[in-house]
Amino acid sequence: MPKTLAEKVYEAHVVRSAAGEPDLLFIDLHLVHEVTSPQAFDGLRAAGRTVRRPDLTMATEDHNVPTLDILAPIADPVSRAQIEALRTNTAEFGIRLAPMGDRDQGIVHVIGPQLGLTQPGMTIVCGDSHTSTHGAFGALAFGIGTSEVEHVLATQTLPQYAPKQMAVTVTGRLAPGVSAKDIILAVIAEIGTNGAQGHVIEYRGSAIEALSMESRMTICNMSIEAGAKAGLIAPDQTTLDFLRGRPHAPQGADWDAAVEYWSTLRTDEGVVFDREVVLDAATLTPFVTWGTNPGQGLPIAGTVPDPADIADEGRRRDVEQALAYMGLEPGTPLREIEVDTVFLGSCTNGRIEDLRVAAELLRGKRIDPGTRMLVVPGSVGVKAQAEEEGLDQVFLDAGAEWRGAGCSMCLGMNPDQLQPGERSASTSNRNFQGRQGKGGRTHLVSPSVAAATALTGKLTAPADLTTAQA
Amino acid sequence: MDAFTTHTGTAAPLRRSNVDTDQIIPAEYLKRITRTGFEDGLFVAWRTNEPDFVLNQPAYADASILVAGPDFGTGSSREHANWALLDGGFRVVISSRFADIFRNNSTKAGLLTVVLPQEQVEALWTAIEADPTTRVTVDLREKQVGYGDTTLPFEVDDYVRWRLLEGLDDVGLTERNLDDIEAFEAGRPSWLPTATPLS
Repeated sequence: MPKTLAEKVYEAHVVRSAAGEPDLLFIDLHLVHEVTSPQAFDGLRAAGRTVRRPDLTMATEDHNVPTLDILAPIADPVSRAQIEALRTNTAEFGIRLAPMGDRDQGIVHVIGPQLGLTQPGMTIVCGDSHTSTHGAFGALAFGIGTSEVEHVLATQTLPQYAPKQMAVTVTGRLAPGVSAKDIILAVIAEIGTNGAQGHVIEYRGSAIEALSMESRMTICNMSIEAGAKAGLIAPDQTTLDFLRGRPHAPQGADWDAAVEYWSTLRTDEGVVFDREVVLDAATLTPFVTWGTNPGQGLPIAGTVPDPADIADEGRRRDVEQALAYMGLEPGTPLREIEVDTVFLGSCTNGRIEDLRVAAELLRGKRIDPGTRMLVVPGSVGVKAQAEEEGLDQVFLDAGAEWRGAGCSMCLGMNPDQLQPGERSASTSNRNFQGRQGKGGRTHLVSPSVAAATALTGKLTAPADLTTAQA
Repeated sequence: MDAFTTHTGTAAPLRRSNVDTDQIIPAEYLKRITRTGFEDGLFVAWRTNEPDFVLNQPAYADASILVAGPDFGTGSSREHANWALLDGGFRVVISSRFADIFRNNSTKAGLLTVVLPQEQVEALWTAIEADPTTRVTVDLREKQVGYGDTTLPFEVDDYVRWRLLEGLDDVGLTERNLDDIEAFEAGRPSWLPTATPLS
């Protein structure tokens, strides 16, 4: 019987399968950060348990870390205590930790691929919903809660049910200035925040195959925003080229054995998915969100929706609540929305390609004087590479702030937050109420829209800049 | 985890859809390293900024069943959301659709999630808004929700139901299958990565 890529990876990890029980699934890599792990380690201690496979577990500090003065002690005592708990726990249980200041530190979903720990065909979990990022390599990667973190620490397995299978096929080619972020925002707007509930999404089609690994990670990253269990993309030459030579990638004969296995990791001909969605990349334009969930997005040429046009009472109430929170009037062109802050970073768009795209638009220009722009590399490694390429200077010359690595303003657990009523254009993944700071208003955008918006102070597509100059 | 068999209490109508876990508990409350005491963060933005918010109304102050709009618990995987609901006195959340991770976390934390069709949710909203003292019973043994003269059956996975009824810890159950785990580990390809630092 033909199988999907996700089914193949799932079945290759079933430790035990019995009628009337969930399958027991083996986990190849467990990524850990400071926020969702302390209670799990406490649970292990309380039960007198150990970590079964510390060698398959990797921890880093990302959510709480300040992006300024990163070598000074964290000023916020609660954040500091959480970081210290992670250091104590990883030392006690023998787990590798990349702490602040370490060359391998960074957002957990940036460092896994960077180190070559993320490889095709693996099962990867983390107490973080954006673990779906690692699916870009053809891994089955998904976010879990703290009880499950404890379960994986103790047993290196998880009880699971086989998810349903969904295909998102993106045909055609993207126009210049349109990116992976626009694809995924368009997909979520199309199917809704729970459109993929219970499913693993496989992204396929010519537009997906043409994407770099960074762009594939952007797409898989936001699978959770469509409610998916995970999102993945079949490994191909692009995947191999990215992986080869990375610190933890196989070498020599091991590489050949791995590549032989990885070549089997594709969906068989004749598979029927439980659900299929098809998009033509050529029809896509830069996408921005106007509301308070990632499904509330439109092409940038659009206008703020009018609740009066919506017949369904529940949906109308949603839009009314979103517009009231966002401080937006129905019918306003999205391009006229003024922002205070531009945030470039996060596990969605904090990789080197994202910084390059934004820097290219900013090179030799100054950002709008009324707008602040924070550039936060996804990892120390990304930061070092950007500095080697001189991108830091491009951002600084343009008037942007060049910061240390971490999750930063994506969720404001560190000091990088919006003030009440402030509005951002953000390359992160969630425009939820208060996500970037109490009362903050978030518009999700791609890195190129973020850069163009920083230049004008209003939501702007990169193509608008050339039009204005011409 | 506390066992869940049946629960009777009053219910609060949360007429909102897409209630994400950032609304249930914002990130600043996630810096704590304890497993309890999250009630102060529960829906804190709405409780602070909206005087009419349902949980600010004295009639619903003692509610232990939350009846929410569709797509409850989207977004972040934070189990703190489930803990905050429990700490805030809730034992059951009813909605027509839940996000997967939230629902799964609930089964680990001992919070019961019940899926009912949206029209049944609407009818329940109407009943508890008309009379906030309406007693609602959620019976996991019988797999039904009851209030007034109404009885509504709901579906629940048999294994999850058994675990909740018994209050069983997953780790303990998995440890019974240690031989299977060891056998699986012995067969893993040697080229798979370890996170051990490279010299």
